[in-house]
Amino acid sequence: MTDSFTIRVDGRVIEARQGQTIMEATEQAGIYIPRLCDHPDLRAHGSCRICTVLANGRSVAACTQPVERDMEVKNRHPRVEAWRRQLIAMLFVEGNHFCPCCEKSGNCELQALGYLHGMTATQHPHLFPRRAVDGSHPDILLEHNRCVLCGRCVRASRDVDGKQVFQFAGRGLNRHITVNTEAQLDHPGLDLKDKAVSVCPVGAILKKHKHYGVPVGERKFDHDPIGSDVESHDQDKVT
Amino acid sequence: MPHTKKPRVATVSLAGCFGCHMSLLDLDERFLQLSDIVEFGRSPINDLRRFNERCRVGLIEGGCCNEENVQTLVEFRESCDLLIAVGECAIMGGIPAMRNTLPLADCLEEAYLDGRSVYNPSGRIPDDPELPLLLDRVYCAHDVVKIDYHLPGCPPQADTIWQALVAVLSDNPVNLPYELVKYD
Repeated sequence: MTDSFTIRVDGRVIEARQGQTIMEATEQAGIYIPRLCDHPDLRAHGSCRICTVLANGRSVAACTQPVERDMEVKNRHPRVEAWRRQLIAMLFVEGNHFCPCCEKSGNCELQALGYLHGMTATQHPHLFPRRAVDGSHPDILLEHNRCVLCGRCVRASRDVDGKQVFQFAGRGLNRHITVNTEAQLDHPGLDLKDKAVSVCPVGAILKKHKHYGVPVGERKFDHDPIGSDVESHDQDKVT
Repeated sequence: MPHTKKPRVATVSLAGCFGCHMSLLDLDERFLQLSDIVEFGRSPINDLRRFNERCRVGLIEGGCCNEENVQTLVEFRESCDLLIAVGECAIMGGIPAMRNTLPLADCLEEAYLDGRSVYNPSGRIPDDPELPLLLDRVYCAHDVVKIDYHLPGCPPQADTIWQALVAVLSDNPVNLPYELVKYD
């Protein structure tokens, strides 16, 4: 097949197809590239830059960059991992992430990325922004303090639910998620079963009445680092 | 038998809840082992309130919410070879730092004047000169002094504290396994 070729990721040769992104090709080969805004069920966004890799020497977002024949990708590279650690640390200081009192703790992808990159403290000063909590919906909580602006809810609501409940507003530090209504989150269209409610990587969109449903020690990232599910199904293909 | 002096370990709870010290006590029988290999310096564990000797390690629980916390932390930095920030409050301010999104005056007015359950006939916010002055916001330990190691957790597990202490006391790098580094 002419549209099939190989690329190298950290020295390992993997199959790729024309039209795939680096993320899609590596995912298929059982290689995990850390990501926050990207989600397998949603269109790639390329905004968080956690999935930054070096492709033929250039830093690119793996979730949006198409593969090329004989591409040389560096994923677990000290320089790349240092960039990711900085990005994760900046996301922590930019919002109000009080892990000990967040229901998402243990299942939070931002936290899990911090663990994966060995982050024990942030070296940047915390901004402690003043942000609102929208509890107007009977079943869903919108906690702006924890939002990392990944835009998963925006894309899920628009592309999967067909509702456009969430959208971005503002620029720079003032950028935030807003609800597409004059009122608050108590949007007539937003439903518990919506994709937009379940894709939030952090504790910004939470289902109410769930509380701390899973005990410490049994949560998603208590024992297994984020990405273990991607890597586990293809251990035997290491070349 | 040659007498080798045990390294001294000091501990303190600044703007914390003593939960991290509880986690230290959670070492259970290993606490006896710990007291075999170290001597406690200034610490609530032995109720010693001043540094009488230089310490090898200082364990810092809590951030700084008032001027006394800052003075104590500076004193720890001056009196200890290594400082370890233990727990979320020391590392990022933790629960006390939730006030950082609000002006200090608003917090004091809510606590002493306007809060629904407040009974305060004097109508005054406590201002006795004996009370340490509150800072404008809660600062994490490394905002104030250099911190050598951070042990996250609320509180960090006893195993986390144990492994880190054993490593620094034996001049080894602190390499904690995945399961011992958690932010909650």
